[in-house]
Amino acid sequence: MLGEAEPQWLSEEVKTGTTIIAIEFNGGVVLGSDSRVSAGESVVNRVMNKLSPLHDKIYCALSGSAADAQTIAEVVNYQLDVHSMEIGEDPKVRSAATLVRNISYKYKEEMSAHLIVAGWDRKDGGQVFATLKGLLTRQPFAVGGSGSSYVYGFVDAEYRKGMSKEESQQFVVNTLALAMNRDGSSGGVAYLVTIDKHGTEEKVILGNDLPTFFDQ
Amino acid sequence: MEKHYTESKVKGVSTGTTILAAIFDGGVVIGSDSRASIGGEYVSSKTINKVIQVHDQIFCCIAGSLADAQAVTKAAKSHLSFHSVQMESPPLVIAAASVLKELCYKNKEELQAGFITAGWDRKKGPQVYVVSLGGMLISQSVTIGGSGSTFIYGYVDAKYKPDMTREECQQFATNALALAMGRDNVSGGVVHLVVITEKGVEHVVVPGDKLPRFHDE
Repeated sequence: MLGEAEPQWLSEEVKTGTTIIAIEFNGGVVLGSDSRVSAGESVVNRVMNKLSPLHDKIYCALSGSAADAQTIAEVVNYQLDVHSMEIGEDPKVRSAATLVRNISYKYKEEMSAHLIVAGWDRKDGGQVFATLKGLLTRQPFAVGGSGSSYVYGFVDAEYRKGMSKEESQQFVVNTLALAMNRDGSSGGVAYLVTIDKHGTEEKVILGNDLPTFFDQ
Repeated sequence: MEKHYTESKVKGVSTGTTILAAIFDGGVVIGSDSRASIGGEYVSSKTINKVIQVHDQIFCCIAGSLADAQAVTKAAKSHLSFHSVQMESPPLVIAAASVLKELCYKNKEELQAGFITAGWDRKKGPQVYVVSLGGMLISQSVTIGGSGSTFIYGYVDAKYKPDMTREECQQFATNALALAMGRDNVSGGVVHLVVITEKGVEHVVVPGDKLPRFHDE
């Protein structure tokens, strides 16, 4: 074709678009994310794992600008390693969230990434922290990313205190599937990470295994 | 979280709203919140009814600029009543939706209003039609609109089932509107519902203190 425009992935910023969610259950946390990375209207990676380890039992979920989010996760991973060596034991989830929040707040004008930090520590068990735009708040569950708008109603209605590990995992999968159906910047497969006192379990749920709804 | 500017570019009084319509076994429920605001900063009315009757068993809900929506529905109402006199029978729901569509499409540059039309007619029973901002017309079994609707797409997708009973559908609509009102700052007030069946029309108002509450309230 004559005069074809250059592909968007050469000129548009790479964003993780995305739907991320983390929820605390009795004894641990479950984190979930989709796997789509877009540059404008092109999907540049359809299988990216947006759940990034900060320490053995602390993970973060990335959203917003892909570069900013990855950099924050890598820097905090390093800072947490140093910190845990200094104190001689595993770091607290709140410490990890504070480190993420410090970077998000200091560079809030230059960066546009939102990380949800979740994990398990011996003192307070499973915890979820939101760090949007430099605030730090502990919540029973947190959702983020462009796809999260579409599922606020669903999570408000369906969340109950004291869910079991399996119920929490199902809740996360359902929420991701609904968001991925409606948000153009979310899609692909669903990644799940479950953290409790016994350890960390990573799982992938492929597209055709995701729950479907009445109009599919 | 990210602010959604879907409705705030509308000048003057906007309905910044949540509207919904859903088909159940034997009829249709159409409903809305009751808040009208100016620029998302001042609530100019707490109790406006956005469910408007355009004929005996056909209602529509408006989203967008309140002035545009009122003008269009007024024109549509008179158009429809003339049409029904000519045809010597009640108008079809799709006729009402088409009248709105024509007005929206022909005046797409000036208007900023979208509609959900729901009703019952003898030919096809309960129906729901959506006329969007530019004048597209489609039929759906459940549909939501307005600024608050973004927050309940997930809930509606998960919870709507075709062939619900009337009570189930009324509860579904009330829950969905309450959830949207809980997250959208330009939707609020009371829930107005209209239930349309072959037998007739029933208005239900759910005041603020009777709205369903969720885990963090």
